[in-house]
Amino acid sequence: MSKSLNVLFAGFGGQGILFAGKVMAYAGLFDGKELSWLPSYGPEMRGGTCNCSVCLSDEAIGSPLVVNPDVLVAMNLPSLDKFVDAVVPGGSIFLDSSIIDKKVERDDISVYYVPATKLAEENGIKGLANIVLLGKMLKELEFATGESIEKSVRKCVPAKKAAMVDFNLKAIEIGRAQ
Amino acid sequence: MAEKVLMKGNEALAEAAIAAGCRHFFGYPITPQTEVAAYMSKRMPKIGGTYLQAESEVAAINMVYGASSAGMRVMTSSSSPGISLKSEGISYLAGADLPALIINVQRGGPGLGGIQPSQSDYWQATRATGHGDFHILVFAPSTVQEMVDLVSEAFDLGDQYRMPAMILSDGMLGQMMEPVVLPEASDKPLPEKPWATNGTRGGRPHNIINSLYITPAELEQLVFERFKKYDEIKEKHQKAECYLTDDAEIVVVAYGASSRIARSAVNTAREQGIKAGLIRPITLWPFPDKAIKAAVPTAKQILCVEMSMGQMVDDVRLAVNGAKPVSFYGRTGGVIPTPAEVLDQIKKLGGVE
Amino acid sequence: MAVVFKKPHALTDAPFHYCPGCTHGIVHRLVAEVIDELGIEEKTVGVAPVGCSVFAYNYFNCDMVEASHGRAPAVATGLRRSLPDGVIFTYQGDGDLAAIGTAETVHAATRGENITVIFINNAIYGMTGGQMAPTSLPGQVTQTTPYGRDVKIAGNPVRVCEMLATLDGVALAQRVTVDCVKNVNIAKKAIKKAFQYQMEGLGYSIVEVVSTCPTNWGLSPIEALGWLRENMLPYYPLGVYKDIKEGGENK
Repeated sequence: MSKSLNVLFAGFGGQGILFAGKVMAYAGLFDGKELSWLPSYGPEMRGGTCNCSVCLSDEAIGSPLVVNPDVLVAMNLPSLDKFVDAVVPGGSIFLDSSIIDKKVERDDISVYYVPATKLAEENGIKGLANIVLLGKMLKELEFATGESIEKSVRKCVPAKKAAMVDFNLKAIEIGRAQ
Repeated sequence: MAEKVLMKGNEALAEAAIAAGCRHFFGYPITPQTEVAAYMSKRMPKIGGTYLQAESEVAAINMVYGASSAGMRVMTSSSSPGISLKSEGISYLAGADLPALIINVQRGGPGLGGIQPSQSDYWQATRATGHGDFHILVFAPSTVQEMVDLVSEAFDLGDQYRMPAMILSDGMLGQMMEPVVLPEASDKPLPEKPWATNGTRGGRPHNIINSLYITPAELEQLVFERFKKYDEIKEKHQKAECYLTDDAEIVVVAYGASSRIARSAVNTAREQGIKAGLIRPITLWPFPDKAIKAAVPTAKQILCVEMSMGQMVDDVRLAVNGAKPVSFYGRTGGVIPTPAEVLDQIKKLGGVE
Repeated sequence: MAVVFKKPHALTDAPFHYCPGCTHGIVHRLVAEVIDELGIEEKTVGVAPVGCSVFAYNYFNCDMVEASHGRAPAVATGLRRSLPDGVIFTYQGDGDLAAIGTAETVHAATRGENITVIFINNAIYGMTGGQMAPTSLPGQVTQTTPYGRDVKIAGNPVRVCEMLATLDGVALAQRVTVDCVKNVNIAKKAIKKAFQYQMEGLGYSIVEVVSTCPTNWGLSPIEALGWLRENMLPYYPLGVYKDIKEGGENK
């Protein structure tokens, strides 16, 4: 991967946008990278659209706000529409094709259509479409080592929901298999 | 070395305050500082400290005044509109020579303004956190780690000089997570405060915490003394980071969140062969005019970048004192400038279009 | 030589600045006597307000803090939470407590903040020269109600003890006056109880002292006491509005 990676996760509140970003960020921490994680905040986090910027780099992070992402992870149509043109040429989009019934028209970026919500439901891990997409992103971009991602999942899942660790790891594997 | 963890600026700051020995927190909810209070409400009861949600910002700062009078290491946090409400209490703290830590996680203004990050309270923080002739210490971290490191310094200097200190943060720094090493809980005893009103136990003469002086000459003398103290602080405690300024022809001056953006722009400018550098004030009061003056000889242009309509630029101009042209670029209202925008400004000043 | 009268230890030697006939002096003395009798001077911290009693910090021998206008209950809260075994009292006038500081008063009371509040109600802003107070009576002439307080314009007075008595955090709410020896004795008992309740950890106690302001009322000290009895006491009846140990009485 290039020396820095700026990712924008976007979707509805409740889809685990911030959590997916956090798993990515912690993986970067375990890999010894510089990183930042910045959520959108305010009234829109109560059920409206929600997004979060994650930067991984070998150097100190300047602006933590990702305006032109290298990678857009889109989990609903409004988010795709809002940010599709902001993605840098040569960048990529990972979108949940079970929710977004639309093809991206740009031809200067790579687009990965992952039926993440459907995959999660079929595999008994409903609600982990966010992590399925992260798994797919890990496969395509190798932004972290498998070991770091696993450590990160263990770190990010709160202790009182420890049972969720395995589900999250399963989601990563499902994403990576796509 | 302690473990690196990911933490939001607001939470890391709260934990750092606890590590620095703060056991009293009084606040009132406001976005985007909410996590500071929420974190304190979770931690304080477990360590025998006090978290109290006041009925208003005004009440909160006066609870701080009471706890500081009693000699406690005490803090409050808020965001821009709430700081305006606290300004009465901050003036009284200054007038009664009481230390306290005040956090401002800035958002856009004026009025209710917005809730997105802003730096439009620079004037308020450095010029007018209340009525009267006084200053408070103002620190401007630019990373979560620095936020943590400055908390204990702010408490210590506030105690040493018996004056309020502020950490001027913003919605971006407060909300973002970065890797941070939290300080070990300090086992250094907190300074003695023989002036505190904690009871005349043992029958010492009574202490009075007060800011009222009816006789003009007496008040004038007191303010003179305070300004002598301020002069000493200006001499000893200015802080700034100078990045690539040794040979810089274009010197960018920016603090806090905007300094991160400016640094990205300076790096790109260097890659493109422009001799750009960055001065990042870490103390806003005292303003690091020595660092600015030191960069003047090589500078051809000085550019101040802020998330406001231009407030710190006044201090930059005072420090440069007409020796070189000073220009300004800023976005306001919660809009965050991009590195590309700042780079454009640097290029223009460097004669590269 | 037998001592027949002496200054309480809890009062300093500083001469009071109060006007002739003002009852602040009596109330200061009662508070000081109670502090002496309870033996708490060394652990007591008082909070002075903005108003005529702004210099109270010079008069009490215990540690004293001067608060900004209306914020004494908040300052006292900060002290309370810092000094678990301390005894904390505020001394506030009607403008301070019932106008600019109403929010702080109501919330300190409802929190059951374990403090003692001495509230001087003389129906006027004394220090600034006699403007309408939140407790000025309907029809009362003041500098800022020169035609008498018209409640249609200036609103109605606040009855503080009645209002605070509705709050769960209040341990004692009692209204007294100091117009005669008998009432001075009742007032002292109330003030003592208000401190004792704090020492027992029962919560917020307030003693409202209906007081005179001869200077700004434009009356002699004797006339002022008469005016107090004829006009103030009917509007602000003396009595216990809440007492969580003994129940309300002589209302």
